[in-house]
Amino acid sequence: MEHIRTTKVEQVKLLDRFSTSNKSLTGTLYLTATHLLFIDSHQKETWILHHHIASVEKLALTTSGCPLVIQCKNFRTVHFIVPRERDCHDIYNSLLQLSKQGKYEDLYAFSYNPKQNDSERLQGWQLIDLAEEYERMGVPNSHWQLSDANRDYKICETYPRELYVPRIASKPIIVGSSKFRSKGRFPVLSYYHQDKEAAICRCSQPLSGFSARCLEDEHLLQAISKANPVNRYMYVVDTRPKLNAMANRAAGKGYENEDNYSNIRFQFVGIENIHVMRSSLQKLLEVNGTKGLSVNDFYSGLESSGWLRHIKAVMDAAIFLARAITVENASVLVHCSDGWDRTSQVCSLGSLLLDSYYRTIKGFMVLIEKDWISFGHKFSERCGHLDGDPKEVSPVFTQFLECVWHLTEQFPQAFEFSEAFLLQIHEHIHSCQFGNFLGNCQKEREELKLKEKTYSLWPFLLEDQKKYLNPLYSSKSHRFTVLEPNTISFNFKFWRNMYHQFDRTLHPRQSVFNMIMNMNEQNKQLEKDIKDLESKIKQRKNKQTDGILTKELLHSVHPESPTLKTSLCFKEQTLLPVNDALRTIEGSSLADNRYSEYAEEFSKSEPAVVSLEYGVARMTC
Amino acid sequence: MEFAELIKTPRVDNVVLHRPFYPAVEGTLCLTGHHLILSSRQDNTEELWLLHSNIDAIDKRFVGSLGTIIIKCKDFRIIQLDIPGMEECLNIASSIEALSTLDSITLMYPFFYRPMFEVIEDGWHSFLPEQEFELYSSATSEWRLSYVNKDFAVCASYPPIVTVPKSIDDEALRKVATFRHGGRFPVLSYYHKKNGMVIMRSGQPLTGTNGRRCKEDEKLINATLRAGKRGYIIDTRSLNVAQQARAKGGGFEQEAHYPQWRRIHKSIERYHILQESLIKLVEACNDQTHNMDRWLSKLEASNWLTHIKEILTAACLAAQCIDREGASILIHGTEGTDSTLQVTSLAQIILEPRSRTIRGFEALIEREWLQAGHPFQQRCAQSAYCNTKQKWEAPVFLLFLDCVWQILRQFPCSFEFNENFLIMLFEHAYASQFGTFLGNNESERCKLKLQQKTMSLWSWVNQPGELSQFTNPLFEANNLVIWPSVAPQSLPLWEGI
Repeated sequence: MEHIRTTKVEQVKLLDRFSTSNKSLTGTLYLTATHLLFIDSHQKETWILHHHIASVEKLALTTSGCPLVIQCKNFRTVHFIVPRERDCHDIYNSLLQLSKQGKYEDLYAFSYNPKQNDSERLQGWQLIDLAEEYERMGVPNSHWQLSDANRDYKICETYPRELYVPRIASKPIIVGSSKFRSKGRFPVLSYYHQDKEAAICRCSQPLSGFSARCLEDEHLLQAISKANPVNRYMYVVDTRPKLNAMANRAAGKGYENEDNYSNIRFQFVGIENIHVMRSSLQKLLEVNGTKGLSVNDFYSGLESSGWLRHIKAVMDAAIFLARAITVENASVLVHCSDGWDRTSQVCSLGSLLLDSYYRTIKGFMVLIEKDWISFGHKFSERCGHLDGDPKEVSPVFTQFLECVWHLTEQFPQAFEFSEAFLLQIHEHIHSCQFGNFLGNCQKEREELKLKEKTYSLWPFLLEDQKKYLNPLYSSKSHRFTVLEPNTISFNFKFWRNMYHQFDRTLHPRQSVFNMIMNMNEQNKQLEKDIKDLESKIKQRKNKQTDGILTKELLHSVHPESPTLKTSLCFKEQTLLPVNDALRTIEGSSLADNRYSEYAEEFSKSEPAVVSLEYGVARMTC
Repeated sequence: MEFAELIKTPRVDNVVLHRPFYPAVEGTLCLTGHHLILSSRQDNTEELWLLHSNIDAIDKRFVGSLGTIIIKCKDFRIIQLDIPGMEECLNIASSIEALSTLDSITLMYPFFYRPMFEVIEDGWHSFLPEQEFELYSSATSEWRLSYVNKDFAVCASYPPIVTVPKSIDDEALRKVATFRHGGRFPVLSYYHKKNGMVIMRSGQPLTGTNGRRCKEDEKLINATLRAGKRGYIIDTRSLNVAQQARAKGGGFEQEAHYPQWRRIHKSIERYHILQESLIKLVEACNDQTHNMDRWLSKLEASNWLTHIKEILTAACLAAQCIDREGASILIHGTEGTDSTLQVTSLAQIILEPRSRTIRGFEALIEREWLQAGHPFQQRCAQSAYCNTKQKWEAPVFLLFLDCVWQILRQFPCSFEFNENFLIMLFEHAYASQFGTFLGNNESERCKLKLQQKTMSLWSWVNQPGELSQFTNPLFEANNLVIWPSVAPQSLPLWEGI
């Protein structure tokens, strides 16, 4: 509170990001302890959470006022013009303070109160139970067991307490291996494929340097390959580019030497590190924020950012995993440097390809909980929750979501959730509204007492799951199948709904999704009506009251029922009563479009030559 | 049949067919006068029937005695045939080459095609200008049908019947025709019922360097304006190009002579630039070995999406003038047979709900492309794989279809037809058993007696059985004007093609 100097500024203008003319919305700006709120003259509210703010910039003073540009982590960009410079300065300073908190206790999650009592809160946290999940996969079993080695975070601070390891790997072997792995992150089970009896395991890079070896580590790897009764060899996948891995050897780290380990096949897959990814996204956003972007600049910008190349690399690695297990029946061990960024991406995506459970709403939550949260993906540092090292920030998780989005595009029937679900999760990894993504590992989360002080996101998403359902999902046809995506370059598209989710004017004007959803709703409603009517008829018949009335009722029902039987034939649906609100067609409003300013300028002046660039009018006289 | 002499080997056994995304098929290859047929002679497998006129280019390769022919089709398919025996392979290749490049139109398949279905409605008479005129004659009496071009003497590329302002007599039209490129005097293209504004199209005025003018032309154009109203002339060339055109006798309307009109230049590329763009695009799409960067840079270098954006922007501008400004417009480029038609037809899709239905869209193509004299024969003779570049080759119609697809993507519930319908039109424009897209204009079609000798595509499409595969299940009639977005982020690549 002490940071807020001005709580309300009037006559603030909100500019459209892509418009070159000075058309704007005028309204009032409010500053609260958690949000920045803008209410325009149409009473439309724009809420921006302070934690979502990535950067605030004050531009040079203009005649109309002082411009303030706010970039958000959820890719919203707002451009305000504050009439008085003093106000602008105050807001600027307040936002700078509020968007960068120094300690966890100041984050929104610790003050957020959705009006639930303690037992409800606890139930929320117990919604996702990883022990249950491992049981679902079929472990522990005769080859894999639960290890208590890390019960007190003694061996590895960034791993969870419960870890699954091969049954034949004894505790000394585990301890020995952990000493040979960076940050003590020794090989453990991430996903177990029940049918093939093969496993995806994860770890960090070995401290091999140029020649060092560790017998315990070699034993542990052997134990993993022995735990697979079908195939004796296993793949060791290093997700880094070979050059990076070699450079690490000089620092006493590195990668496995194939000669020292029996039955391993070593493989690099070449995903770049967090710094490359960060600057790649930065470039992508710069390109997309340009006003009057031409098609060619867009594509050359997309190319030079390398973003889609990185996405493809992650996807290819995941496909490699899935193939190794389904085609060759071989177990796979994945690592990168520390085993919490690229390894999380590849392991989780690989599991998603293999197991249809992870493609459901609940399953996807479990997957994130398992491969990202519990195995210590450093959410707080990667998302910049606190005022910390900007070099630790990287869109690793965003990339994972984008990969999943590409899969939903290629397999529209295979996922229970829709794009909206992914966007919502992305929103909340940065929002700090819920405790799930705070902290960098389980140990830290326990120390923060998140389960007592904050709420879990998952029950709230599950409650709203109607919003996130994919109407095209067919659980049966894809139930047991492994997804085999095609990674030819032209299958990778720019994810407009993520990076421009708040620039509504760029979106298609009608959504097939919503339409199908509405139709399903209507169908359900109508089917219910029929049942009601039929039961009424029965009642009447039983009572043997008015015979004529029954006939009438029958009449009123029967003409409708053939329509309902063909519930999938949408054409007929138009005959049925449709709520008018559902039919609004956004395109009918010209104000939404890029060239809308054109009309006004037409009437204003009489230019000799008019040109229309990027849909936005520009005049030269 | 005279084709017999071109076919050196009518039948070869044990030919292996490779197609991308399909398993290889072994079977018997047969050549007929118009088709290449490959059948595995099993009941359950589908046979390949390929029209010779669909073949864009062929490559031969030999490994030992095994010959390979790679056939590249105009609809961008690539198929490969492995033929045992050197001689057979050479014979087949030269036969295909000869058959796919027949000179005479009257030897083409539509003249031999006998429909296997009962013609319920003759497509040649589905969209008569008189009927189209009736649609808006109830709303206005300012226009009339003119038969001045009855025998194609005034303008070779116009249909016999055109719509012109009522106050202009045929004599004046003849004079205006001499002042416009190719005799293409301004005619009505679209009447906006909501406010009575119109879209007209024409060829460029032949002002030349000395600024020739034509009183009748000025009178004709002004006759379309209401009192006190202004209009816009959209020139689909840049100002530079239009100025250069004066040296060749062409030009543009001088403000001094058309004081009630504002001229806007919206540059849209034409001819070989579009063709090269398509060639590059298809090349990029076919090479699957590209990594991400190569693919993106190739896509960018093709400029295809830039062209799409230019056309859409111009069409949106035209629609905006009509609907928001309440101003009539005249659209022309050089000849008024390519970019002009792209803009007028797309503007109608934006403005007119009827053109978003199947029949309305067919009527639009009939009126704005076939009747208006888009030279399909010239533009669609070759496609992306051909090496001999002709100056008049250009995927103008394909670009138009792509633009329609872009709008369809943004308004998936406002169109009665679906993507398949657009793809079907594209395929038939390049190679078809129907006569609809033969010839360059109505006059040529008349001479070829297409109506008597060939079937119309519309006769086939408009059968209920066929229509079902082209119908968009999500269609709900939307009577509003639809405003698409033209930002690059909103324009993806059309994968269907």
